[in-house]
Amino acid sequence: MNDFPWLTLLILVPLVGSLLVAFLPKAPGSALPKQVAVAVSLLTLAIGVAIAAQFSSGDGMQLTETHTWIDAFGVNYALGVDGLGLLMILLTVALVPIVLVASWNEADDGNAAAFFGWALALEAFSLAVFAATDVFLFYVVFEATLIPAYFLIGGFGREGRAFAALKFLMFQLGGGLVLLAGVIGLYVVSAQQGSPSYLLSDLSQLNLSTGAERWLFVAFFIAFAVKAPLFPLHTWLADTTERATPGTSVLLVCVLDKIGTFGMLRFCLGLFPEASQWATPVVVTLALISIVYGALIAIGQDDILRLIGLTSLSHFGFITLGIFAFSSQGGSGAILYMVNHGIGTAALFLLAGFLIRRRGTTLISQMGGLEKVTPVLAGLFLIAGLATLGLPGLSPFVSEILVLISAFDYHWWVGGVAVSGIVLAAIYVLWMYQRVMTGPTPPTVEGTRDLGRRELVAVAPLMLALVVLGFYPRPLLDVANPTVYSLMEHVGVSDAPPAVPAADNGSAEEGHQ
Amino acid sequence: MNDFVNPTIEYAQLWPILVVFGVACLGVVLEAFLPRGRRHLSQSVLAVLGLAAALGGTVYVGLDLHKFGGGAARGLIAAEGTIVVDGPTVYLWGLILVFSIGGVLLFAERRLEGGVSAFAGQAAALPGTEAERQASTQGLDHTEVYPLLMFAVGGMMLFPAANDLLTMFVALEVLSLPLYLLCGLARRRRLLSQEAALKYFLLGAFSSGFFLYGVALIYGFAGSMQFSDINEAVRNDASNQSLLLIGMGMLAVGLLFKVGAAPFHSWTPDVYQGAPTAVTAFMAAGTKIAAFGAMLRLFYVAFGSDRWSWQPMLWVIAILTMLVGAVLAVVQTDVKRMLAYSSIAHTGFLLTGVLGVQSASELSDGQVTSMQAVLFYLTTYGFAMVGGFAVVTLVRDSGGEATSFARWAGLGRRSPLVAGVFAFFLLSMAGIPLTAGFVGKWAVFTVALAAGAWPVVVVAIGSSIIAVYFYVRLILLMFFTEAEGEVASVTTPSLLTSATIAVGVVATLVLGVVPGPVLDLAGHAGQFIR
Repeated sequence: MNDFPWLTLLILVPLVGSLLVAFLPKAPGSALPKQVAVAVSLLTLAIGVAIAAQFSSGDGMQLTETHTWIDAFGVNYALGVDGLGLLMILLTVALVPIVLVASWNEADDGNAAAFFGWALALEAFSLAVFAATDVFLFYVVFEATLIPAYFLIGGFGREGRAFAALKFLMFQLGGGLVLLAGVIGLYVVSAQQGSPSYLLSDLSQLNLSTGAERWLFVAFFIAFAVKAPLFPLHTWLADTTERATPGTSVLLVCVLDKIGTFGMLRFCLGLFPEASQWATPVVVTLALISIVYGALIAIGQDDILRLIGLTSLSHFGFITLGIFAFSSQGGSGAILYMVNHGIGTAALFLLAGFLIRRRGTTLISQMGGLEKVTPVLAGLFLIAGLATLGLPGLSPFVSEILVLISAFDYHWWVGGVAVSGIVLAAIYVLWMYQRVMTGPTPPTVEGTRDLGRRELVAVAPLMLALVVLGFYPRPLLDVANPTVYSLMEHVGVSDAPPAVPAADNGSAEEGHQ
Repeated sequence: MNDFVNPTIEYAQLWPILVVFGVACLGVVLEAFLPRGRRHLSQSVLAVLGLAAALGGTVYVGLDLHKFGGGAARGLIAAEGTIVVDGPTVYLWGLILVFSIGGVLLFAERRLEGGVSAFAGQAAALPGTEAERQASTQGLDHTEVYPLLMFAVGGMMLFPAANDLLTMFVALEVLSLPLYLLCGLARRRRLLSQEAALKYFLLGAFSSGFFLYGVALIYGFAGSMQFSDINEAVRNDASNQSLLLIGMGMLAVGLLFKVGAAPFHSWTPDVYQGAPTAVTAFMAAGTKIAAFGAMLRLFYVAFGSDRWSWQPMLWVIAILTMLVGAVLAVVQTDVKRMLAYSSIAHTGFLLTGVLGVQSASELSDGQVTSMQAVLFYLTTYGFAMVGGFAVVTLVRDSGGEATSFARWAGLGRRSPLVAGVFAFFLLSMAGIPLTAGFVGKWAVFTVALAAGAWPVVVVAIGSSIIAVYFYVRLILLMFFTEAEGEVASVTTPSLLTSATIAVGVVATLVLGVVPGPVLDLAGHAGQFIR
């Protein structure tokens, strides 16, 4: 192994790029900042791929870098990737260039350089979150992501975005401060047991008393439940996606919100295994409520961006359910779900954005009849929708079935309730498609352009990924499974011997039986 | 009769403070003998040079302090036991001097008002009279503010260094009296300014009375003014507990008034709003640093053995202060008032650090101490406050500084740089990571939690959430709200104000990203000596 600081490079490139884009001397309306931003995001993608190429599955934390940062607090600048971190990093570096290309003209009425600069800053901090192996460092970048997100929401989008940005930030910072209490608590406990340290490797060795562990778990979990989001801390989600640009929503829902479920896996399970098991009944209940409630209110929405935002509430319910079902299928399913949800929802948001640009409204009731005029847009929209509802052959199906298996393993009624989420998903997706695309073509939309080349370039990788990973999810599972197994071992649960062989593609069980 | 014994004064260690007082006296002489036209330049240059020399001296003294107990503490007791020059004293002196230099630079700013300073041309002229008009047409300037500031700085330096109650009281008065006067000297909105000065003076005098009464009672209890003797008495003397407790409470009232803790906070918003903004910046940072230094010394050194008596009191006061500051800040519509309430909330956070004291045996190796946390928080707070108020002096309309929220709407679009800088200071005050405020907040919360004060920490987290709301709302107003009606614009300042703001920004960023060296410095300051 070489000692080249790949992860630092991965974080620094977009960070420097964002400053470059923001302060580049430019003529008004020039496309230079956008071009630079896309180039930087592609370079980041290349670094991400290079990291993936060096990654060897099953070797635990890799590419680690550790430097003392704040000696007095026992804080280190420590980075590293495991399978989970790698998948999240790859998702992030892949989505950002897509979003930038898709949002090419979104910010033209405002300060376009600012939009692209903030997006890159958000990418940099998110990558740092997924790579951090020091709790203090994680907290710092966890909070730092909010500043670019705040300016992306508040500065670009529709009427009422300032309020949405305030609401978003209040929820997130509120959750963040609860997390701060947990982070401080960890310091105190670690100081009591010798020298204070924030390294993940040191903290997982701590001897926590039951009470302390539970309080710390609650603090961490609340913060991640706001982020993910879970019922009843989700109310910022729909307001934000409704007001922000679709590109911003993709960055928020598909990248930033993953920090919530990522944090549950890495910190809640990793640091507080007993408390995680103790809290399972409550968490599973909240996840089930999120699944059903999110789907039900999504059905009732008339704003297409609100609707897509709320579908994510349902999806995050599934992910959380998978995590807290404590089985290897559930864990792998949840990690896979995080990736697939990122791809599917990004496609849906971006296509909805293209649609809104053409129709000039976000209201489903005022759309309709586009199918014949713009067949490509309609077709892709349908595929993205079908992916969201979990159609076999598209990638979200694999993860959904894994999570459902683990849910039935956990208890039959948990599985039963979760399955209803799929049925409801079929309703909101198909009914939305029907109202938006089908029907007689109104004369006002006769001449609507179909997808242009830039728009196709943006969504094509997503579509490709949906299909390919739907048929061949093995690479993802190979990366995710070792992480899941070591987590399960750490938590101290093992799968019940299956009475019936699990009905998935079998790879989740590999190396396990 | 005894022979007269010559008192020994450790000039080698005390000269920073003597330089400040000397320059203040020299300023008075200059004021009397120099022609009016040359006063401003010579006074401001003299003040900056004096403060810089004192700062250099502080560093020199700090490097050379005698060590005790294997480096746990360092310093000496000087001037016949009345002044202590130890690690924390030197650190606080350094802080006070840095922010005083910032204060002088803000005082000396003349470009914003079109060639005159922000102080009244002739303080004695009644507002709205012919005399006032004459003073302003002649372009008169009060240059007495520099000697006044120097006296206040001297008092601030003496306050945390005092080793007996009487010296502490004298220092309190020396630092307060010039400030009362400075508050009333605003060139614009003079009635508001004079009202602020009077209010500050009356309430301040009242609280000094409390303090003095407390001094008398503690003397009655301990039979000495010296902190080390009081500590001995607290350890050994179980009788007269009521005298001790009442005296302690009275002393606390005097100090809590100075730091602006609830329920003694009500002067803060009026004074911060009415005083000339340059004075507010200097006062907000300097007074708080000095008073917290004195409070730490009084409670840790003199009453350290009676921790269980005063810690519950501070719990209640800290909780009350944080809540009052944060909740009342939410409803403000004036930037200076909002910053004033936010400074009350910060007082609460600082008190959270003060009550987090633990004995050395309870601390594990390398753990953050309460002293370290409070000293660091004071550093971060000072930079954000001085910088923040300096930005407020720039935002003006036809009537001078425009501090009402309505005038700030959309400032981020008209002057992105200034609004961005102000937003950065607000984020630091809110304690967002990668700014200095976050590290400070982390430190004080940690020591409180380690000392078992979890209810205080829970309230502190809650108030932080409330505080985030009003800071972020102001950022929202600056960047995302359309301006309606008359709005304020940014006046380009001279190098003096720009430099102050720039130092504030750089310090806030650096302390947020690499706080290690300054934290270590605060740790090396060690404990108080007695």
